[in-house]
Amino acid sequence: MGYCPNTPEEIRDMLAVIGASSVDDLFAPIPKELRAKSFNLPAGVSEFELMALMREKARQGGTEIVPFIGGGIYDHIIPAAVDHLSGRAEFYTAYTPYQPECAQGTLQALYEYQSAICRLTGMEASNASLYDGGTALAEAALMALRITGRHAVVLDGSVNPLHREVVCGYLASLEAGVCQLPPAGCEVDLDGLMNSITEETAAVIVQHPNFFGSVADLTALAKKAHDQGALLIVSCYPIAMGLLKSPGEMGADIAVGEGQSLGNPLSFGGPYFGFIATRKRFIRNLPGRIVGETVDTQGRRGYVLTLQAREQHIKRHKATSNICSNQSLCALRGLIFVASLGKKGFADLAALNYDKAEYAKSVLGAVKGVSLVNAAPTFNEFTLRLPKPAAEVVARLLDAGVAAGVPVSGYYPGRDNELVVTVTEKRTKAEIDALAARLEEALWN
Amino acid sequence: MELIYEKSVAGRSGVRIPVSDVPKAAPLPEALRRTEAAGFPEVSELDLVRHYTNLSRRNFSVDTNFYPLGSCTMKYNAKVMEQAGALFADCHPMLALLPGGEKHVQGPLSLVHGLEQQLAEITGMDEVTTQPLAGAHGEMTGIMVIAAYHKARGEKRKYVIVPDSSHGTNPASAAMAGYEIITIPTAPYGDMDLDAYRAAMNNEVAAVMMTCPNTLGIFNPHIAEICEIAHQAGALAYYDGANLNAILGKVRPGDVGFDVIHVNLHKTFGTPHGGGGPGSGPVGVKKALIPYLPTPRVVKNTDGSFGVESHPEGIGRVSDFFGNFGIMVRAFGYIILLGGEGLIEVSEQAVLNANYMMAKLKGEYELPFDMTCMHECVFSASRQLKDGVHALDIAKYLIDRGFHPPTVYFPLNVKEAIMIEPTETESKATMDAFIEVMLEAAQLTRENPDALHQAPETMPVGRLDETRAARAQQVCCEG
Amino acid sequence: MSMYFTKEHEWVKIDGNQATVGISAHAAHELGDITFVELPQVGKTVKQFDTLAGIESVKAASDIYAPVSGKVVAVNNKLEDAPELVNESAEEDGWICRLEVANAGDVSALMDAAAYAEYLKGLE
Repeated sequence: MGYCPNTPEEIRDMLAVIGASSVDDLFAPIPKELRAKSFNLPAGVSEFELMALMREKARQGGTEIVPFIGGGIYDHIIPAAVDHLSGRAEFYTAYTPYQPECAQGTLQALYEYQSAICRLTGMEASNASLYDGGTALAEAALMALRITGRHAVVLDGSVNPLHREVVCGYLASLEAGVCQLPPAGCEVDLDGLMNSITEETAAVIVQHPNFFGSVADLTALAKKAHDQGALLIVSCYPIAMGLLKSPGEMGADIAVGEGQSLGNPLSFGGPYFGFIATRKRFIRNLPGRIVGETVDTQGRRGYVLTLQAREQHIKRHKATSNICSNQSLCALRGLIFVASLGKKGFADLAALNYDKAEYAKSVLGAVKGVSLVNAAPTFNEFTLRLPKPAAEVVARLLDAGVAAGVPVSGYYPGRDNELVVTVTEKRTKAEIDALAARLEEALWN
Repeated sequence: MELIYEKSVAGRSGVRIPVSDVPKAAPLPEALRRTEAAGFPEVSELDLVRHYTNLSRRNFSVDTNFYPLGSCTMKYNAKVMEQAGALFADCHPMLALLPGGEKHVQGPLSLVHGLEQQLAEITGMDEVTTQPLAGAHGEMTGIMVIAAYHKARGEKRKYVIVPDSSHGTNPASAAMAGYEIITIPTAPYGDMDLDAYRAAMNNEVAAVMMTCPNTLGIFNPHIAEICEIAHQAGALAYYDGANLNAILGKVRPGDVGFDVIHVNLHKTFGTPHGGGGPGSGPVGVKKALIPYLPTPRVVKNTDGSFGVESHPEGIGRVSDFFGNFGIMVRAFGYIILLGGEGLIEVSEQAVLNANYMMAKLKGEYELPFDMTCMHECVFSASRQLKDGVHALDIAKYLIDRGFHPPTVYFPLNVKEAIMIEPTETESKATMDAFIEVMLEAAQLTRENPDALHQAPETMPVGRLDETRAARAQQVCCEG
Repeated sequence: MSMYFTKEHEWVKIDGNQATVGISAHAAHELGDITFVELPQVGKTVKQFDTLAGIESVKAASDIYAPVSGKVVAVNNKLEDAPELVNESAEEDGWICRLEVANAGDVSALMDAAAYAEYLKGLE
């Protein structure tokens, strides 16, 4: 049943070697009064019955709905090679590469991943992955507290609200201050952020593009933060980095993000991966595992987990983070994704997202009573103002088979009529035109 | 082997992206545009496939090698779970958070709820959240829940107690949740020193964190008393489920007196480890702590449908959605597939295999705590050290003989530790082959210790210079 | 100039009101190849036996405690790029920082070289 191979004869032989009369004997160290009071689980089934049950559940998974939604998680293409290669059992069923000589596959792949993240973000040092976008942003905030020795952060209100909630939870535990600044409409309030930096500010945290889809040049913000001894943390959307200025180019000190878009399926919320990269001088403050290059006894190049003395298994409560398991396999998918597309393909993919979203903007913006809210340019997401509450419209369109966007009101009370719409390369012109038609219908019929 | 970047040829293209069916848009303002494209490798699809296929062959894995890595539970990962996981690839999690969205994702929501119910029954807890994304994340979540509980009672407690044999994540997680750490030494009998623990417990302690069986593979018979001592001081008892595989169906942490637990789906419930992750670390709590669980909660409505709720007293979000759902699908499936009896067989066979390993090896290797073990046993290479052979040398020798080494140098309270966890999915024949090589290594230690120092010799690389790596800090390639 | 040791294997050389601090050759050997020394901030004041600095090898991380109370007036910046100096010359070139001594009486709680050598024998 439990994939346990030993036959009754083998079990008998093993018990004889141990000198026990039964398997029950081996549990003698557990006092009777501590034994389980209940273990009420159904009898097992075969894998064929299991798959029937799983198919039934997957059928009610909303996959027939055309997604114009993001919220940090995006419906992008995944080349077949990503599934194939990351599914290789030697990657898939290995563990953390504690013994580097028999784990060069994982280690070199993670080194290549770290290099990819540095190139993507314009930074100099990446770790081997964190859990997801929200926890990566929280870890970046903690990292800034350690580097600066200060006790508060300025958090822009146009950062993904789900991520902000994670950051606030982490910081509240340590009684660190969080100054949240509301967005200026759909834009990052750059002046407001600059004016909020004090001597206690460890970092300013912004998202690029922001929750509403707006893109800003953060160069001046970086400079202002640095002038006051603070760091700039930028959470970026990796696909957008094929087109937009990278955090590194704008002077950021720590770049993080949700890596899902890089070759990881939607999978109802995970597993994905968080990425984090920084300047070389801050490398010792990075959380989590890092792979480094070295040589073996004969001078051959090889890779090992390095700077481990920062980590929990050595430094325990003084570690830079508690993270142990990360999301290596998802990071590997991210690496194979960018290597599949290559330098040009990745830039082309970003451009295609931009083109599709600009087209959608023009079509949706032409629907009667609908207007675009973003004042700044956008990448593949933008915010519309509808003549009706967005929540009602979204619920109605869901029943018609399309997820029209994420209503802003769920996260910004009072902004009832605004809707954030996402258009990836996977949305066809026909789907965009159909959304416009359905939207018009929902608004006026 | 060359890096993928070193195989890059300017102008070579890989996978084609979709053809555009919309007009080219006016370009973004230059100030917002990247000046140079990210330097990703330019390789053909075949180059790519060959590169990563060949890289993968430089790994040991459960599917290719016996992998008795103590404390990591490297059991077989059933292939049917991969098929099951793939079914949900296109489910968008944001749908569940949209107004009117829940009814469109009843399948995945019912799965989250179902797994929570399964885990509650297995561990004897009242409610479970699947949000935490790994074991350590579960620990931090659990301790944050404990902090919220004390805070709601108007108490601000300062300390969390951990035994010195605990995983490093325990003190690290408690520190991230804002606590100072009190470490209790191990007594000569292998468990946490009870007197020292009693002396350390007071009304400033928020919780004690225990792993049971502990990292020596020993079941602590005083575990209920340890919980009771905590409760008397108003503190809570936290159960680190890293070693739950040993006691499935035999002991439920909730019955024993633990208030908060986490389980590692990637250990006990057979989900693949992926070269270091993803894991999944659901957290279970007793009734009094339910209000403080993280948001969002998946609830079953009176009409039998499933919904998503937040609760105001909770600690908020610890991750973006419902946890590592793909991993949860596999664990949910594993529990259904095995059923109650199958899970009991798991713990019985895991314990049998570990005790067999211990019986066969204790003649040659020092066994610091010579008693019936649970799912793993911990030896010391102290006898071999007299001939100049370290636990590390034995580990490297095993690699040459085709076995992934056990965990070495952990737990920290055993000198030259060799921690072996065979798991229930290994056959007697596989273990016998491993035992033979371990005995061979002991013999070689006496006859030709240098041979062990040279190992491994059959891998693509020999021993690597970790000092050089730490000093050079070369963590990404130029370009 | 006189040299004293702590039970935690720091050494301190007292010269007037200046104290130079490092870790003993024995400690450097035990730690193995040093990969990083976390130097204290100049200007920081410490009490005797408080954490002063940190030191790391590949597999270990240790705190360095202040042998005497005082204010940090200088650090050995060479260790930033060459932590191996601690292995090569623990009690000379591998010094970690210099303190302005707050209380000359602190040394009475320390061992002299002979007492430290005896102490090390006891540890074997």
